[in-house]
Order: sequence, then structure tokens, then C-alpha cells
Amino acid sequence: MSLIFDEYGRPYIILQEQERKTRIKGLDAIRSNIAAARTLSRTLTTSLGPKGMDKMLQSQDGDVTVTNDGATILKEMDVENQVAKLMVELAQSQDDEIGDGTTGVVVLAGALLEQALILLDRGIHPTRISEGFDKACEVCLDRLEQISQKIEFSEKSYDELVKAAMTTMSSKVVNRYSKQLAEICIKAIFSVADFERKDINLDLIKVEGKVGGTLEDSVLVNGIVLDKDVSHPQMPKAVDNAKICILTCPFEPPKPKTKHKLDIDSVEKYKDLQKAEQEYFRDMVQRVKDSGANVVLCQWGFDDEANHLLYQNGLLAVRWVGGVEIELVAMATHGRIIPRFSEISEKKLGKAGKVREVSLGTTHDHVIFIEDCANSKAVTIFLRGGSKMAVDEAKRSVHDALCQVRNLIRDQRIVYGGGSSEIACSLAVSEFADKVSGVEQYAIRCFADALDAIPSALADNSGLSSLETVGALKAAQTKQQNPRLGVDCLGRGTWDMKEQNVYETLLSKKQQIQLATQLVKMILKIDDVIGPTDALT
Amino acid sequence: MQVPRYQGPAPHVLKRDTSEEKGEEARMSSFIGALALCDLVKTTLGPKVLADGMDKILQSANGDIIVTNDGATILKSVSIDNAAAKILVDISKTQDDEIGDGTTSVCCLAGELLREAEKLLDAKIHPQIVVSGYRIAANAAQKALQDAAMDHGANFEQLKEDLFYIAKTTLSSKLLAQSRDHFAKIAVEAVLRLKGSTNLDHIQFIKKTGGNLSDSYLDEGFILEKSLGVGQPKRVENAKILIANTPMDTDKIKVYGARVRVDSYNKVAEIEEAEQKKMMEKCQKILNHGINCFVNRQLIYNRPEQFFTDHGIMAIEHADFDGVERLALVTGGEVVSTFDHPELVKLGHCGLIEEAMIGEDRVIRFSNCAAKEACTIVLRGANKQILDEAERSLHDALCVLSQTVNHSKVVYGGGSAEMLMAKAVDEAAKTIPGKQSLAVEAFARALRAIPGIVADNAGFDATELISEMRAAHQKGEMEAGIDIHNGRIGNMAKLHVLESFKLKSYMVSSATEAAEMIIRVDDIIKAAPRRREE
Repeated sequence: MSLIFDEYGRPYIILQEQERKTRIKGLDAIRSNIAAARTLSRTLTTSLGPKGMDKMLQSQDGDVTVTNDGATILKEMDVENQVAKLMVELAQSQDDEIGDGTTGVVVLAGALLEQALILLDRGIHPTRISEGFDKACEVCLDRLEQISQKIEFSEKSYDELVKAAMTTMSSKVVNRYSKQLAEICIKAIFSVADFERKDINLDLIKVEGKVGGTLEDSVLVNGIVLDKDVSHPQMPKAVDNAKICILTCPFEPPKPKTKHKLDIDSVEKYKDLQKAEQEYFRDMVQRVKDSGANVVLCQWGFDDEANHLLYQNGLLAVRWVGGVEIELVAMATHGRIIPRFSEISEKKLGKAGKVREVSLGTTHDHVIFIEDCANSKAVTIFLRGGSKMAVDEAKRSVHDALCQVRNLIRDQRIVYGGGSSEIACSLAVSEFADKVSGVEQYAIRCFADALDAIPSALADNSGLSSLETVGALKAAQTKQQNPRLGVDCLGRGTWDMKEQNVYETLLSKKQQIQLATQLVKMILKIDDVIGPTDALT
Repeated sequence: MQVPRYQGPAPHVLKRDTSEEKGEEARMSSFIGALALCDLVKTTLGPKVLADGMDKILQSANGDIIVTNDGATILKSVSIDNAAAKILVDISKTQDDEIGDGTTSVCCLAGELLREAEKLLDAKIHPQIVVSGYRIAANAAQKALQDAAMDHGANFEQLKEDLFYIAKTTLSSKLLAQSRDHFAKIAVEAVLRLKGSTNLDHIQFIKKTGGNLSDSYLDEGFILEKSLGVGQPKRVENAKILIANTPMDTDKIKVYGARVRVDSYNKVAEIEEAEQKKMMEKCQKILNHGINCFVNRQLIYNRPEQFFTDHGIMAIEHADFDGVERLALVTGGEVVSTFDHPELVKLGHCGLIEEAMIGEDRVIRFSNCAAKEACTIVLRGANKQILDEAERSLHDALCVLSQTVNHSKVVYGGGSAEMLMAKAVDEAAKTIPGKQSLAVEAFARALRAIPGIVADNAGFDATELISEMRAAHQKGEMEAGIDIHNGRIGNMAKLHVLESFKLKSYMVSSATEAAEMIIRVDDIIKAAPRRREE
């Protein structure tokens, strides 16, 4: 069997037979798995850091996504290989737990696997490698705790938080406006945060994007934005001191769940029915009106008659509001969701300072702002951008930044970014390696080498020579005993990440190292892969 | 240390048929796609005074033909498989939605930026450096544009004049160029009627084949493309109009599960009678509003129609949704669906309703309306394609004008704004140390390419004109631009070539954004298209 490799180390498939093989055993299985996982991490390596590149992904339906967010890239990549899927899940769990550092965790896992491969070729048993990695991981976590610092902020002075959020966004397309967006994010977080319990419910922050305008037009809305328009063109476009009736029942006569038939067999019945029908509409609208409501949000539609009656009664009505939005509005306005007309009462109405319809651009495009809600804790970040891709990317960036700030409020400890903490860990791990006797020593040393992958990738992506930079940084860290030295990605002329204001949360960094180590251990444990025999038919 | 390579069979990581392009290859594929698209629309940029060729004929899958030079329309109609090209389509679509015009320019600028970037990348400059250079340049360009912008928002007469010139500039690149003065006047008048609203739905277009483009006019009233019921008054003065959206055939029973079940023929007749009576009651209720014109969005059956005729009421059925909404705006009435409270309903008023003829067709004209926030533009032309293109052109002009009414800043057109920005960007480049300055200079070149394309399309010597213009701008003649009629440099202030500031500024920012997005890509992963069920 002959194999030729392209410049990225992917083998070309020449013989058809080699694909028919569906079972790989022993070391070959591990090697094959590592190769698969490395393919993904190599793809992501170039996206790391503020100068990382973007990936363009075209979905099955032809939609284009441009991003450098690790979790999104992996999700959209349409991965088939089982081990590669583990990597995707790895990024996903980092995203769910921390919300940031998804690229980093994949790159680190890839680097660890590459090192494991070297060890395997030296004849070290996978289990011993795992043990060594485990020990090294613990050393890393200790070191991270040591070098972590607490940052101070309060509700009034949050400069430090702005800096942290800006670090997160520096790697995205939005970084032109990162300061403005960072401030928006922090204000949003502060309005929903419960500082005593250190709890932040991100569900209360809705991120809504609408194509058009520029990123600078993005605003923080103190309330909720609905992508809907008012049901009748002549209804009031703005209502102050809104009392909102939130309905999940349609404006129509009752519709029992059980099957039924109503037979009309005489003129009288026909007339009665007609009367009853009209009565329903009048009654329903009257009930809404009597409760004192001046805004109606309905999860369902209503027909022309109901629509006109609502209009005649001076109500602003919105139909077809989605279930999630209904709940959000109810939460934000302290209103209750009303499932039946008979249960409408004044107490159940939601309250908001202002409800208004805003039109955008030259097309017939409207959104509804519900502002100054009774529950001041519900906010919306309303993003604008030149194209759909830009808006989507902005949404993802804002999500990352929100998570970052949330993590900082939960745990105020930070470590410095720019690869400085990885270098510090790497130094600590290699020092520790010398003290360990036995085969693990090699594994631990390799772990230290793997940690260097992050600063090297940062350096590479910034157009610096990676070996030179990382070597110099390591020497400088040891000499100056300063764990804050990292790669100067933006060419600002200093290595000290404190001066550059590049932060990452301790939580995120710890999680990255832990998750990556766990995944590598898992992959090393697999020694047999059996694929379906009909993979090619 | 040599990293040992795995020697076994290659693992399949991505799904089958998913393609991945990396590094240079990816960049090349996205650049080629974007540039090809840019070249496609490039020839339609700029005014066509001498010849009105350079349009594109697009034939859709079902055989419809569109002849256009509107960038957004062209881009919308070609189906594209290149991811980068899709980004360009997307920005030009957004430009269309936000501003309404400049769709070709934005695409061309983004294309030129990429063309310049390609050269820089070939010279081994890192994409990120190009991106950061472009950002610096875009800021400098925006600032220069801002400084050069003039605001006549305070002075209404001046604003009106500005609007007229902007409309002329916009229209000169379209099919309507021959009679642009005429159309510019129409556009300005129509937009001023909106009183600052940007909802262009209130301006209605009626297209009638026949006649000449210059026979088109703005009707101060409102025209509904419907005919009157038989035997109804053809002319109503001091009309009181009830605008309704209600079924006038049979009222459906809305109670779920209700059905009519009868056991004798007599009863069928009775129920039919009741049904009719119900309708007549509704008609009576409508009559109680004291109206002499009834406009319904839905169908009106013969019997109610006859009832209205008997009572001397003009009844118009099937006015489409937009028509009803516009009519409500023009006449100041409400759109009504229930008729129990005549005292609460605001009726629409207008001085005169009459049946009129446009070409061969009968229409209904409402004139002397109470509120004048909507109007109708009647377009005449030789065939459907010309009318469609005329509508698109006029629509673009209206969009730009309606935006300018709210953001009244204007800049000089004819390429002078681009040259002005290019000059500012060039100056900025001189102050920047480092490789970024190369990208900043490239940005200036891309900006200059835009008037170059315009000159090329008009059949002039672009290189000569651009360098003359550059020299003029260097001397401080900020108004210097291309005099497209004579093929030389002219003073744009004297030639009255104006463009909206918002358009230009938006063009620069979104083109930069798109270019940046494409430059930053180093990997393209393309999923296999979803298989259609056969």
C-alpha cells in the first residue's frame, strides 16, 4: 500500500481497497483517531488569537457563515468521524460551560495528541501517557491558581470588566467597535446581575440582530425588542405607560379539543349562531378593554373583525408573537400569560414605560420596542450590521463577551492572556517533570511542550516567528519571574500582558486544560475502531 | 523532532462530498468568485448619456426576461455557488434595503478593495495587516467625507434644490436618463409629500404600456386600478368614503365545527334567505355611516353591489391590501371591519372621485384628498421591460431622496467624493509607520478605481481623467469630478451633480466590512448540497 501525503499531512487515497477496511486495531486505531482529531485542531489553529483568520462555511442549503468562533466552526463543519465528533463536543461543552475559549481548548487537545503520538512511537503504553498527562494537568491547575489575580470592580467603576470583554472580542470581526459593544454587554449584565448571589441569568438578556445600518447603530434596549409589526396599519405606533395584555388564546370563538359537530337545522338557530358569534368578538375585546389594557400581544392571529374592534378601542395589538418572546415579555413586564379571555384581570397585565413601533431602512420592515419594563432586569442587545454574516458574527461575539463578564462576576480571579499563562504552566510542568521518576516523566515533559502550542499558534498567526518568540518568552519569564509575559500579537511593543490589558478568566483557563486533558485520555483509551461495512455503498 | 506520521488508512473526518479548501487555495477561490461578480456588475456603473447599452438581460428559469442595470436586481437574479460572491450579494442587498441605491458601487468598491488586497497578499503581506490598514483608511475616508458634506436641511428651498439634483444624479445612471429632469421633478415632489416618512409603500406606481416615457406623470390624487360597479355613479363630488376590509360575499360561520344540516328543501330556502338577510343587514349598517363611496379590500357580490347602486353609492371591490392602506392614508379614513358603531368610525374624504382613462384602461381617480401623504406615479412606456426598469430606477431615486430628507447632508458626485476620500487616505498613509501604510495606499487606489470605472463605461480615457482629477484635488479643487457629457474634468458644484452623504458613507463602510470579511478567510468548508427528493 503506497501513500502520498499532501502538504497538510493528509494522505491521498490511491487504492480503493484501503477504504474497504472497516476495522482498525491496537496502536493503529489510536493513530488513526489521533490523525482525525488533529485534522480538526489544525483547521482551528489558524483562528486562534486576535489575528486569527476566519473560516467560511457553506451549509447544505447554501447559507454562508463567516466566523472564527471555534464552537461555531466545528458545529457547521458537518463532521462524520466519531473521534472528530468528540472534539466537536469538547468545544461545545467549553462553550456551554464557559462560553469562550472554544478554539483554545481544541488547539490544546490537538497539541496534546500530537505529543502523545511521539510518546507512542517511543513505545510508551497509552495508559502511562494518560497518567503522566493527569499529573501534569494537576500541576498546571496549581500553577494557574498561583499566578491568578483578583480584579476589582464595582457597579460604578467597571473599567476592568470592559477590558476583559474587549479581550474576548478582539479576535472577532467586530473589534472595530469592541469598546462600544463591551460597554453594552457590561451594562446588560449589570442590569440582570444579582451581585449578592453572584448569579446572572443570561436568559434575561436577549440578543436580537437585524440586518441593516452599521455596527455603530447597535444599542442596548432597556426592555424587549420584538421582530413584529402592529396588526392594523392605523393603530397607535407608540403607547406610553403601557399596560400589556399577554394572550395565548386566539381571538376566535371557543374551539374544544374534542371533536364535535354543531348542526344547524333551522333559521332560528342560524340567527342565534350569528348573534353569538358577534357577541364573542365584542365580549373578548370588551374584556381586554375593561381590564385597562392598552397593548395586546397575542400568540395567535385574529381575524379582520377582531382586528378592527381592537383598533376602534384604541388598542395597540401585535399578533403571532412567538412562544419564547411571550414568556420573555411576561417576565419583563411582570405580566401573567393569560390563556383564556375569562381570566383577564387588571392584576395580570404587564407594565412597561413605553411600547413603540420603529421602522427600519427603506423596506417595509418594523420592529417593536417594549421599553422601561416593570422588571428592569430584562434587556435586549439590538445589533445592526452591514450584512447577515456580520450580524450573525456580532451575535456570537456578544454572546462570548457576555459569558466572559458573567464568569468574572462569579469568580473575580483572572490570569493573563496572550499565551502567558500557558508559558508559565509549561515552565512549571517541565520543572516538575524532572522530579518524577519513571516513564511518566516523558509524558509530563511532552505535556509541557504541548502547552507551548498555544503561544506558538498566537505568534504564528500574528506573523511572528513562533520558535523564536516562545523561546524568548520562556527565558524572560524565568529570568524576571514574571508570569505575565506573553505574545505581543498586536505589535504594541510590550510583552507584559497586564499593560496590554489582555485578560482571561481563571475559570475558563482551568476548564480548557481540564477538558483537553480528559479528551486526550479518552482518545488514548480507544484501541479498536469498527466501522460499518457498507460505508462506501 | 520529526513528528511521525500515521501510516494507516486516512480517517474520514468530514462528511462525504464535503469539500474543504485551505490557505492560498481558499483565498484564491473566494477572491476569484468575488472579483468575477464584481466584473459582472461593473459595466453597469455610472451614467449613460451617450448610449444606453450596458444593461444586462436576465432570463429566469421560467422564461421571464428582465432588462436592467440595477446592481441589486442583477445580483439578486443570478444564482451563485461561490461563498465569497454570496457575501457581496448580501451587502448589495442590504445597501438596497437601507439606502435603495448605490448597490453597484458598493459591490465594485468591495471588488476593487479585494483586487488591491490580492496584490498585497502576493507581496507576502499578512492578511491581518491588510485588514488593519483598510480600517485606518476607512476611518480617514469617512472623516474626509464628513468634512466635505454640506447640510442644507435647515433651508427648505435649498433642500428641495439639493433633492432635485440628487434625483438627477441618481437617475442619470438609469434608463430614465433621457428625461431625467422630468422624472427628478416627479421624484422630489412625491418624496416631499411623504413628510419625512420613509415608507415608500405610500407612493404607488401604475404602469401602463403605450405612450412615451416622458408622458409619465405624478398624479396629485390617488389612483386605484379598478373599475366601478355597473350602473353606479361615475363621478362623486365631496365623497365620504368608507374603507373596509370585510367579506361581502357571504359571512362565513366562524364557530368551529358548525355545519348546516337540514331535512327539507324548505329549510334550505329559509336558511338561504337568512343568509341573504344577514348580508343585507350588513349593507344597511354600512349605509348608516352616511357615505357615498364604499371601498372594500375583498370581493363584493352582485347583490350587495346592486344594493349600493340602488342607494347611489359608489362601490369598489377588490382593492388590494396596499391600495386600501394607501387610500386610508390619502383620504384620512380608517380601515373598518365591523359596522355597528358608525359614530366611532372616521370616514375618508376627498373632493372628487371619478373614472378616468389612462391609455386604454379605466381607473378610478380620487382627487382633492383630505390628507396628502400618498400619491401615485403613472408610468408610460413602450413595453413591459421598459416600464419595469423605469419603476426600479424611480424607486431607487425615491429611496435615496427619502433618506436624504431625514439625513440632509450631501456631497458632490461625479467621482469627486471618491477622489476626495482617496486624497485624505493617501495623506493618512504618509503618517503611518509600518506595513499597514501599503494597505492604506491600496485603499486609496481602490477608491480612485470607482470613477475610473465610470469613465471607462462612458467610453473615455479613464487613466487620463483620473490623473487630471487627482491633480485638481491636490490643488485644492474639491469640486473637481468627471463631466460625463463632455468627457473632461468639470466643477461638480457648477454642474449640480450631488449625491447623498449617507449613501456614500454607507457604501464605504459596508464595502470595507465585506472586503475585510473575505480577506480574513483562510479556510472554506462547503457542505454537499442537500439532496432533493426526486
